[in-house]
Amino acid sequence: MEIPYTVEVRPDTGLFNGKLGIWLFLASEVMLFGALFSSYILLRVGSTEWPRGYDELSVPLAFFNTIVLISSSVTMVMAWASLRMHDFGKFKLYLGATILLALTFLVVKYFEYAHHLEAGEGPWHSTFLAIYFTLTGLHGVHILGGIIVNSYLWGPGAGMWKTEPQRFVNRIEIAGLYWHFVDLVWIFLFPVLYLL
Amino acid sequence: MDNVTTAGHAPAGAHAHVHAHDHEQSFVWKYVFSQDHKVIGIQYTMTALLFLLFGFALMALMRWQLAFPMQPIPVIGGLLGAANAPGGIMLPEFYNQLGAMHGTIMVFLGVVPLAVGGFGNYVMPLQIGAPDMAFPKLNMFSYWVYFIGGVVMFASFFIPGGAAQSGWTSYPPLSVITATDGQTMWLIGMIFLITSSLLGSMNFIVTIIQLRAKGLHFFRLPFFVWAQFVTSFLLLLAFPPLEAAGVLQLMDKVAHTSFFLPSGLVVGNKVMAIAGGGNPLLWQHLFWFLAHPEVYVLILPAMGIVAEIIANNTRKPLWGYRVLVYAIIFLGFMSFVVWAHHMFMTGMGTTMSSFFQTTTMIISIPSVIILSALFLSLYGGSIRYNTPMLFALAFLPMFGIGGLTGLPLGLAPSDLHLHDTYYVIGHFHYVVAPGTIFALLAGIYYWFPKATGRQMNELLGKIHFVGSFIAINGIFFPMFIQGLHGVNRRLYDGGAQYAHAQPVLHWNVFMSYSAWTLMAFQLVFIVNFFWSIKGGKPVGNNPWSATTLDWTATTSPPLAHGNFETTPEVFRGPYEYSVPGRSTDYFPQNQRD
Amino acid sequence: MSDVHADDIQKEVKTYFMVFGALMVFTVITVAISYLHLEVHEAIIIALAVATVKGSLVALYFMHLKHERHLVYYALALTVVFFVCLMFIPLATTLDRIVQKY
Repeated sequence: MEIPYTVEVRPDTGLFNGKLGIWLFLASEVMLFGALFSSYILLRVGSTEWPRGYDELSVPLAFFNTIVLISSSVTMVMAWASLRMHDFGKFKLYLGATILLALTFLVVKYFEYAHHLEAGEGPWHSTFLAIYFTLTGLHGVHILGGIIVNSYLWGPGAGMWKTEPQRFVNRIEIAGLYWHFVDLVWIFLFPVLYLL
Repeated sequence: MDNVTTAGHAPAGAHAHVHAHDHEQSFVWKYVFSQDHKVIGIQYTMTALLFLLFGFALMALMRWQLAFPMQPIPVIGGLLGAANAPGGIMLPEFYNQLGAMHGTIMVFLGVVPLAVGGFGNYVMPLQIGAPDMAFPKLNMFSYWVYFIGGVVMFASFFIPGGAAQSGWTSYPPLSVITATDGQTMWLIGMIFLITSSLLGSMNFIVTIIQLRAKGLHFFRLPFFVWAQFVTSFLLLLAFPPLEAAGVLQLMDKVAHTSFFLPSGLVVGNKVMAIAGGGNPLLWQHLFWFLAHPEVYVLILPAMGIVAEIIANNTRKPLWGYRVLVYAIIFLGFMSFVVWAHHMFMTGMGTTMSSFFQTTTMIISIPSVIILSALFLSLYGGSIRYNTPMLFALAFLPMFGIGGLTGLPLGLAPSDLHLHDTYYVIGHFHYVVAPGTIFALLAGIYYWFPKATGRQMNELLGKIHFVGSFIAINGIFFPMFIQGLHGVNRRLYDGGAQYAHAQPVLHWNVFMSYSAWTLMAFQLVFIVNFFWSIKGGKPVGNNPWSATTLDWTATTSPPLAHGNFETTPEVFRGPYEYSVPGRSTDYFPQNQRD
Repeated sequence: MSDVHADDIQKEVKTYFMVFGALMVFTVITVAISYLHLEVHEAIIIALAVATVKGSLVALYFMHLKHERHLVYYALALTVVFFVCLMFIPLATTLDRIVQKY
């Protein structure tokens, strides 16, 4: 590798480039979702009426989705741990499970959206639904991105385990950090939208 | 590193001498989709300069309307089309498009890509002794995403209804209710530009932290690198809220949501059929949360460039290097908590207004410290008055005027009278035009030999400087006069229909001639730039006798990975000029002794 | 050497599953409480408190923040400061408003 510290850590910082990079990227994502949460606060405080989340949305479905997403976070970190224990088979299993759980999340979301849209209640219907669709939509786009990256790492990208194993482990760690962040956002999204 | 240069070659499309490399790259991979930070830096530079020229041209057009309202535009009036200027007379809608896009293009497609994408990409890795950026592929991707964003913005002029026309600030409800699609394209373009910036800033921070050469501690970094470092944090953390806001406004336009549209909004005598409940001020908060740090993104790299050139051309260390570093870090931090000084007129109570006035006054302190340190750096120096130094020197008082005129804007009682007047336009243009852009021009003259192996012509450079300096003051100084008289900004006739504007209207003509004069003098620069690529005086790898690592890299470093013949190691600070007891007046950072 | 390494990872794995269990419990708690249909301001405090605990577990253990380098902490601390500004200052500006009394 021409660029130093892509695989091995730089001694004084203790980090390899990708790890620092992904944390910085996640910092920017905190500000992105933060802006939407801030919008939620401003819109709700300024409104004359605002529904309780559980009156508008399906708590059981979202509860299920929360379990699904948290589980996918566990399987993701287990995929990384398996690699570090040199168990490629377990890694494939766990990463595969992560992808399937993520897809499940999106399928449930699809049903949630369809339920509203069929009733003609799209984002245009109320400010509550507008911020709901935007927040969960942006989150869903991030889930999709994660599915794509994880699928690549599960499939064609997994060849790197044979050629540059440490670099591959680093990639899984970075993908994992991203995935946990997506879970983290949902951990706040879920109560804010559905339970308040 | 010999002193005899190989013939400098043009950045892109050159038939470069074949550089021995592991794998021979095709033209496309070597020059178009290059992952080399120097090529990418040049791509950003050329694209940004093109957009700066285009943005300037938009203003040149506007200045006709301001000087001679409702008069047909000579020569090109007929070419603008009946939708924009029937009979060559500019329509108000077209004027507004020009205004909104001038601001957008200059800030987002011109200055920042040049200052950060161009100079940052090209110079920073060289100055830290790195072989390239930490993520070369991401770097390449960032440029092309910027390019696409630029194409989208440019293309918006040509759709029915034309480009965005609600100011670069895009305030709703106006931006949302305007029935044309230009605003929608603006929002889409912004999403591309913001994404490009975010990925780039992440790359810069990792590169500076992880890829510094051995011995290059943080307090041995050239001030230019510190400036880029802080700027990157501003971009990383301040841009996402605007991206979010852009998505919200896009939803308002396309999905008919009401994020920014209040209940009971009446447009054209009809109540809008929307859910309502939205808040126009929400947009303003999210927009200015970025846009205030953005103006520091505009100025910080310029300060970095000026610092390098001043140290080099005074042949002495910068005054107060540590102070400069702490000041720029503090400046960057404070820039996040002043944004609502752009919103004093939105009905804010005295508590929050006081908060923002206080933070705004505080932020002027590090700015003054930096300016003072740069001024003090001149004292006792052996000043060389070459073209880059002339532009760098001019930056100091020009930025001073810009900064000082910001003070009455940052205090609510005076802002009451000056908000949305020409005073504001004068203030920010002083900082960005004879401020940042002069610094960027200085940087081009300064680093041109590094990129091409040739120097730009000094006589033409001095002509460019003198003409530009005079003309640019002619454009912007009278704006303070007009603003104090209460002439509003964004008026398509320059205030002609207002009684209170009459005594100061004549300045419009003076300012317009100054603007066209300024444009004429840029031709001198353009000719000099392109001619010098092949015909400039050939120089070695350190024509300015500078101390920083970028000048030890091989002249016009080969356009491929690897900037240094041997990996540099650093033994001292960045500005060891005129060290007592040494035979030369400069002591490069990587020279052993 | 690699056995010791594997043992450490096994300990980590145990931690991951304990955290998973805790996250499940807290999720059930937060959903259960929502059925009490508390007043909004009470509901906010409880829901955000639980979410913060859950989020912290994910960050500290799954994202290994507990044992991360200082550099990452600094970058995140800076982000948190600006995040808080973004949450509360626009709100404060809205609440502290000049109100016309007709």
